[in-house]
Amino acid sequence: MKKLLIGTALVAVTSAGSAMADAHGTSACLITKTDTNPFFVKMREGAAAKAEELGISLNSYAGQVDGDNEAQVAAIETCIANGASGILITASDTAAIVPSVEQAREAGLLVIALDTPLNPIDAADATFATDNFLAGELIGKWAAATMGDDAATAKIAMLDLAISQPTVGVLRDQGFLTGFGVDVKDVNRWGDEDDARIICNEVTAGNEEGGRTAMENCLAVDPEINVVYTINEPAAAGAYEALAAIGRENDVLIVSVDGGCPGVQNVADGVIGATSQQYPLLMASLGVEAIAQYAEDGTLPANTEGKDFLDTGVSLVTDRPADGVESISVAEGTDRCWG
Amino acid sequence: MTDSQSYEDVVKDKGETQFAQFEDERKGFLGTVQHTLHVNPALVPLIILVTAIALFGMLLGQRFFSAGTLTLILQQVQIVGVLAAAQTLVILTAGIDLSVGALAVLCTVIMGQFTFRYGLPAELSLLIGLCFGALVGAMNGFLVSRVKIPPFITTLGMWQIVLASTYLFSRNETLRSSQLREEAPSLLFLGNKVSIGGANFTFGVILMILIVVALAYALRSTAWGRHVYAVGDDPEAAQLAGVNVHKTLMSVYILTGLICAVAGWVMIGRFSSVSPSASTGVIGNIQSITAVVIGGISLFGGRGSIYGAFFGAMIVGVFEMGLRMAGADPQWTFMLIGMLIIGAVGLDQWIRKVSA
Repeated sequence: MKKLLIGTALVAVTSAGSAMADAHGTSACLITKTDTNPFFVKMREGAAAKAEELGISLNSYAGQVDGDNEAQVAAIETCIANGASGILITASDTAAIVPSVEQAREAGLLVIALDTPLNPIDAADATFATDNFLAGELIGKWAAATMGDDAATAKIAMLDLAISQPTVGVLRDQGFLTGFGVDVKDVNRWGDEDDARIICNEVTAGNEEGGRTAMENCLAVDPEINVVYTINEPAAAGAYEALAAIGRENDVLIVSVDGGCPGVQNVADGVIGATSQQYPLLMASLGVEAIAQYAEDGTLPANTEGKDFLDTGVSLVTDRPADGVESISVAEGTDRCWG
Repeated sequence: MTDSQSYEDVVKDKGETQFAQFEDERKGFLGTVQHTLHVNPALVPLIILVTAIALFGMLLGQRFFSAGTLTLILQQVQIVGVLAAAQTLVILTAGIDLSVGALAVLCTVIMGQFTFRYGLPAELSLLIGLCFGALVGAMNGFLVSRVKIPPFITTLGMWQIVLASTYLFSRNETLRSSQLREEAPSLLFLGNKVSIGGANFTFGVILMILIVVALAYALRSTAWGRHVYAVGDDPEAAQLAGVNVHKTLMSVYILTGLICAVAGWVMIGRFSSVSPSASTGVIGNIQSITAVVIGGISLFGGRGSIYGAFFGAMIVGVFEMGLRMAGADPQWTFMLIGMLIIGAVGLDQWIRKVSA
């Protein structure tokens, strides 16, 4: 038994001198939080299509559960060992992943954060993302404009993502409150506001089950809630169910962010009042293009003017446009939706 | 030797030098294989491990079969490897510990926050973290051996308690690598590495191997180790034979808790950060049990070798790395590991049937 083990180790060590990577073409890695969420599925499709078009190979990795930092670290290590040219990553833990990203950049890989900026944002070579603050601001403004004078006495439920306050959740939350006209205090944290209109901050994990429970908890605090901010559309659908259970689904304004196809359909059906649509497919395909460019001549991607990332755009989807807030129709939103 | 104890002399006088022994009646190739596997419980996982390395080596060539990649696998399994060592101890006593991963994460948070929030020297925080691990282990042990709550229930509860404490105590703050590097380098000690050729061995990997070797020695060659096996095999018989079952169980759970805390230290070294939402807290228990089971250790207690658990962890690591490098959908990895678990236990049953 010992001999076998030593033998294996010996072979391993002796082969160490040889070249690390095989001679092969440009390759890129896509690392997402999970591979079950339609948002990431769409991202993968966008990346795969672009990679095929450009003739580079693409490997996709994902964590087993949301928040799985360990699996993402292992994936980055694999990409380095595999000799990839660049990595596109949607980080599960934006701060904890940084040492691994540094390692990849030291090894000469281009690292682009997709959708979720790292903490700090300049830990990656570039960030291709939705302006989540703007996404929140759009629905905040729309909700305030739609309510008119009642906005001053609104009762707001904030259905957030997770207690660990991932940046994406904080940006959307604080954007919404800013758009609605609430003083957000520290813009890097949700939950520290003292505006009496905010009834509750609950977390949803971004799914239906969590959305429903969170809404029920908020209604227990104050059954008169009339504006509901939700981190994403599945959470909004869950909140709607909780409201429907007490017969209040028609007199509460629900707003959300994402723009997934089921979500846009929910806007059409009146479940959600308005949603800010983002474009994951574009993030991924632009990311693959940037890696191909970098592999060819070392060019680094540039940021959108005035921002510290490349903004892939966001549109407000609603069939009840409000004055002073630019929006697209549900029909157009359906054409451009994902998932 | 007194006269009353020299009952074997009769046989010796007759020239029969062999005393009570199991007869090996089985013949043929299969019988020999079964016997060999029964005597060396870590052999099956070792064969699978070597085969897997060879297969992926052929499939992926130098990218996989290089010292850099193979030692990278060791780095990737170091946390699960240490947790599996802890899990093995409990499973050998016919118990199970669902709190291992969560306890490791809580210990990382304690080590980190005592340094940064309370301003203690990092070395002292480290010590407090290790003691805390042992303390939680002692609580588990007391509940199992004195209060007689089944290990599964005890640790199911403790798992939730520890997870919740982690979130409450940490206030969900991630301590970042830059903070740790500047102010608490000793917490990152196990992340340092020695490089030989292209092979990189982090101190965490070396510590994992030392733990496995030390436990293997203790289990095989000390009275304590034999008591652990005896308690796992049949606690009543062990009691009648003069083994202090309570003390043995307590020592096993305390040691398990301590090793979990060490796993926490290894974790800080590997990720250079302290994250209360680390997924080890949620899936570390399942990962360690998977390694133990693939390693051929019987969940019914009293049988198996700690090397098996180490090989089990390595097998999972090799499959994950190999399939990732090949660009396979991660779900294939989980599917394969599922099949390995069932295969390993099936094989275990076959070996037991033969030896019964």
